[in-house]
Amino acid sequence: MDFDFQFDWSAAFASIPYLLPGIPWTLLISFGGLAFGFFIGIFFGLLRISPIRWLRWLAVCYIEIFRGTPILVQVLFIFYGLPQLLGSPINALVAGIAAIAVNSGAYISEIVRGGVQSIERGQREASLSLGLSRVQAFRYVIWPQAFRRMIPPLGNQGIISIKDTSLFSVIGVGELVRQGQIYIATTFTALEVYFMVALMYLAITWTLSILLRQLERRGIAGQ
Amino acid sequence: MTVTTSSEPSIVRMQKLNKHFGSLHVLNDIDLEITPGEVVVIIGASGSGKSTLIRCINGLEEFQSGTLTVDGNTLKPDGKSSKALQTIRTEVGMVFQQFNLFPHLSVIDNITLAPMKVRGWSRSDAVATAKRLLDRVGIADQADKYPSQLSGGQQQRVALARALAMEPRLMLFDEPTSALDPEMIGEVLDAMRELAKEGMTMVIVTHEMGFAREVADRIIFIHKGEIAEQGTPEEFFSAPKNDHTRSFLARVLKH
Repeated sequence: MDFDFQFDWSAAFASIPYLLPGIPWTLLISFGGLAFGFFIGIFFGLLRISPIRWLRWLAVCYIEIFRGTPILVQVLFIFYGLPQLLGSPINALVAGIAAIAVNSGAYISEIVRGGVQSIERGQREASLSLGLSRVQAFRYVIWPQAFRRMIPPLGNQGIISIKDTSLFSVIGVGELVRQGQIYIATTFTALEVYFMVALMYLAITWTLSILLRQLERRGIAGQ
Repeated sequence: MTVTTSSEPSIVRMQKLNKHFGSLHVLNDIDLEITPGEVVVIIGASGSGKSTLIRCINGLEEFQSGTLTVDGNTLKPDGKSSKALQTIRTEVGMVFQQFNLFPHLSVIDNITLAPMKVRGWSRSDAVATAKRLLDRVGIADQADKYPSQLSGGQQQRVALARALAMEPRLMLFDEPTSALDPEMIGEVLDAMRELAKEGMTMVIVTHEMGFAREVADRIIFIHKGEIAEQGTPEEFFSAPKNDHTRSFLARVLKH
């Protein structure tokens, strides 16, 4: 069989210096967004299991809205929509980080809720019976155990959010995909360049997977 | 045995205590007084309300009407007395059927957590007390292990040491040997026997009739949420007056 097209490795390697500057942006948006998303997730995850009904309802609204709409629509809304409301433009980087934050925050809320609710009722009862306050019981007994159980799904969400940042090429922030698109516009080597872009995402997510596995193993060893 | 007299101040006083789970009347007009140093064993069929009764004493269960005073602190119905509840829980220890040790903490940290966080003890004081208690329940060599590395009997003895570390005035036991393999029941009962000898006030829900007969000052039989009969072990086991008590004893003592 004869292919009239072949993969040009030299073109692939040539793109690397142009793609590399995208990596810090991808990492900045991902981890910046996830850091905020983590705190948003803890906040709404705990509201979600609050004994007070309207607080639970507030959390459900937040989670449903940001889990139920596409992240692409969310970032377009923030970048193009919100400035019309605010009267001043929003930096593309800020818009990207905000989109990851509110989106991952919704999923992390559910991870936090699930983690906390998975801890046996007896743990809380034993803590209270020893005279610990509800806050102390949560801080010293429930949360450390819940957090360990949350590590695998949190890692999963981290990987999803890293990949989600590829959509932010649409708002012109210079992350990996955007860098690739700019380069392809002059070289027309889409096959090689997107292959390299994919490899770079894989390098990031794989590294994260390995780190998480080590963290998990340490968590298990502690029990 | 201890005779309950009105001149002696009660450590637990329940008057007309009622508890409902929805339409189910779990505890019905319970009147109960426990004097310091007394060992009270509560028995009854499963679902009779005996666990619920002792869980009311430290507020793990709310009640709907009646009064409950524990060591001078009065609990109001429907859990509306958080300050008193906090004080009561500091003074009342509890051992659970499922041990409920904290799996993420070592044995020593399980025991020192509450004394440090609630009583404000220094770490060295708390550790010294924990080691003394572990020695007393016979597992001084397990201090640095995690709960999952211990047998059921050892875990329950750690749970006992953990409760005792708060220096409680009253100890509650909710079926402490029901989740244990038969060969481990003895070691837990031995530790409880020692505690009773030292004069600890104890309220014990158990199915161990031999143990009940031996250590109890008073036996209370609960039937369908009511105290059907109570008395000294001799009275209770040799001459039960209540029909329900007789049929219950016939069932549990037969084998």
